[in-house]
Amino acid sequence: MRFQLTEDQRALREGVRELLTRRFGPQALRVAVEEPGRLDRALWRELGAAGFFALRLPEERGGVGLGLPEAVLAFEEAGRALLPGPLVATHLAAGGVPGAADGEAVVADVGGSGLVEWLAEADVVRGEAAGAVPLRSVDPLTPLHRAPEGAGVDPAAVLLTAAEQLGSATRVCELAAQHARTREQFGRPIGAFQAVQHLCAEMLVRTETARAAVYAAAVTADPADVDTARLLADEAAARGARDCLQVHGGMGFTWEFEVHLHLKRTWVRTHRTGSATDSEERMAAELLAEPA
Amino acid sequence: MDLTYTPEEEEFRARLREWLAKVLPTLPPKPSPDDWPARRAYDLGWQRMLHDAGYGDVHWGASPTVRLIFLEETEKAGAPYVGAGFVGLLHAGPTIAAEGTAGQRERWLPPILRGEEVWCQGFSEPDAGSDLAALRTRARRDGDDYVVSGSKIWTSHAEVADWCELLVRTDPDAPKHRGITWLAMPMDAPGITVRPLKTLAGSAEFAEVFLDEVRVPVANRVGEENDGWRVTMVTLSFERGTAFVGEVVACRRVLRELAAEARGNGRWDDPVLRRRLGRLNAEFRALWRLTQWNVSEAEAVGGVPGVGGSVFKLRYSHARQELYDTAADVLGPASLDLDRPWMLDRLSSLSYTIAAGTSQIQRNIVAERILGLPKGR
Repeated sequence: MRFQLTEDQRALREGVRELLTRRFGPQALRVAVEEPGRLDRALWRELGAAGFFALRLPEERGGVGLGLPEAVLAFEEAGRALLPGPLVATHLAAGGVPGAADGEAVVADVGGSGLVEWLAEADVVRGEAAGAVPLRSVDPLTPLHRAPEGAGVDPAAVLLTAAEQLGSATRVCELAAQHARTREQFGRPIGAFQAVQHLCAEMLVRTETARAAVYAAAVTADPADVDTARLLADEAAARGARDCLQVHGGMGFTWEFEVHLHLKRTWVRTHRTGSATDSEERMAAELLAEPA
Repeated sequence: MDLTYTPEEEEFRARLREWLAKVLPTLPPKPSPDDWPARRAYDLGWQRMLHDAGYGDVHWGASPTVRLIFLEETEKAGAPYVGAGFVGLLHAGPTIAAEGTAGQRERWLPPILRGEEVWCQGFSEPDAGSDLAALRTRARRDGDDYVVSGSKIWTSHAEVADWCELLVRTDPDAPKHRGITWLAMPMDAPGITVRPLKTLAGSAEFAEVFLDEVRVPVANRVGEENDGWRVTMVTLSFERGTAFVGEVVACRRVLRELAAEARGNGRWDDPVLRRRLGRLNAEFRALWRLTQWNVSEAEAVGGVPGVGGSVFKLRYSHARQELYDTAADVLGPASLDLDRPWMLDRLSSLSYTIAAGTSQIQRNIVAERILGLPKGR
């Protein structure tokens, strides 16, 4: 058992982070917020060229031939960078929908709760979206439609979404700690106050527990591990974003500061693959099954 | 990332399982929790059996992964807990193994491993618990002895211990983290008085220890004089490492028992309670994964547990309390009956956010050592 990232996995994570920092840094995020509903097709194709969508396709079918653990690391970075677009739907369509694998096609999916992300920008829609009506989306970077019926949920979608949540949780924890180290009040950095220290410590504890759950689910693909990853990652991301906002005080409540974008995206992801209640019910039922 | 075990590790697991299935039915019944001499004999007897079967030194002689497998399998099989052997096997033993001289290792380690001697921990004092470095028990040098006076508290197994891992102040003028020394004190030395303390769970789990001019040979010092704080950090890193593995396995079993109980008494039909049990299932599954992560990390850096232990302990202590509070909700009014299962555990679990470093101290550790925040106040 060596439940740690391999050298190749570290390199992959660094590579994705480097690409996203270069192509979708804070400045690009700002621009995207100013143009809601527009997807950066050039970036989408770059992601395709880098193998983001074809990561798990076998090499003989033009893919990268990697597995769920590597996909989870890539999606964690996407969540960290707040990368917009129907990333999970397009990734899952690679190999099935022409153009999805190389980023030529944008694929939308009628998710588990009947919400469709990026319907107007999509080239292909999977599931029944006829009669879908637009919502005024809480997340400025995720246009949403409500479809009459939701489809079944792919466990891989649950896990990749959890990975994005983990990335968000990691990022907001970093932002909070960075601010607490430098922002001075009452003549000292606010991070010297236990009230602030303890908020930050809890953020880290939730994030690292979720990390173990998400990575384990990527390794085993066991349904109970996937539900566990989802519940822990949702909690780490949503509560982490709130705590990060709190640590930033008034600054945290502004449109300029990125934490609200994390919080709102976190809420969108929480509903993408059905409700958390479903995961809790499945985990309850699992208790009555014979232990492995 | 890999969650499979090597063939050697799987072979170890299979052999251990087979051995446990053979010996557990031959064990005498567990003694009453209040009968300390009987508990000592029972716990040492179990350690002796482990030793004779080749598992005696698994706590510090084996790799972290093998130790994880050992704790997982013994708990799953319902084997006795380490009990009175805890301080010797998980505290003093690994510390002496890492920091002691050849002679000290030869004197103290074999009796711990063979289940012949019990150790207790003399760290906390009435005015120095969470602020451990504020300890005041004094030791002055007199020839080949230290002469020790002061008092210790929350000392588990003190009544039946042969040795005490004792922290004393050898230089009162030094800054408080310096000036501390780590000693092995024989519990039969003149001048030691032990007074049991009753816990809120009604049992005599630990004791106060009063020290009046107790003579401890200088040869019993582990590490250098005034270097005891560093030695203590070595001791505590073991405590926060894999010490809770067996308990996580036990909590997962309790959770299954609770689900069965709730199904039987009709509480399962309450969706709020049912989902809470489901969430706890996710919680303990995640804690198990975090344990595997920490063990793998420890193995990667050479076996010494890191600050990841604080992350684990924080989350685990609260989860354990939530588990037993949920047990009370499953039982309803019957939860007021201490003879019902889990209800004494519910009381014991109240100590988890205090013992071995309070949750508040653990949060400071996480904030300062992992997140790099300035020292708190």
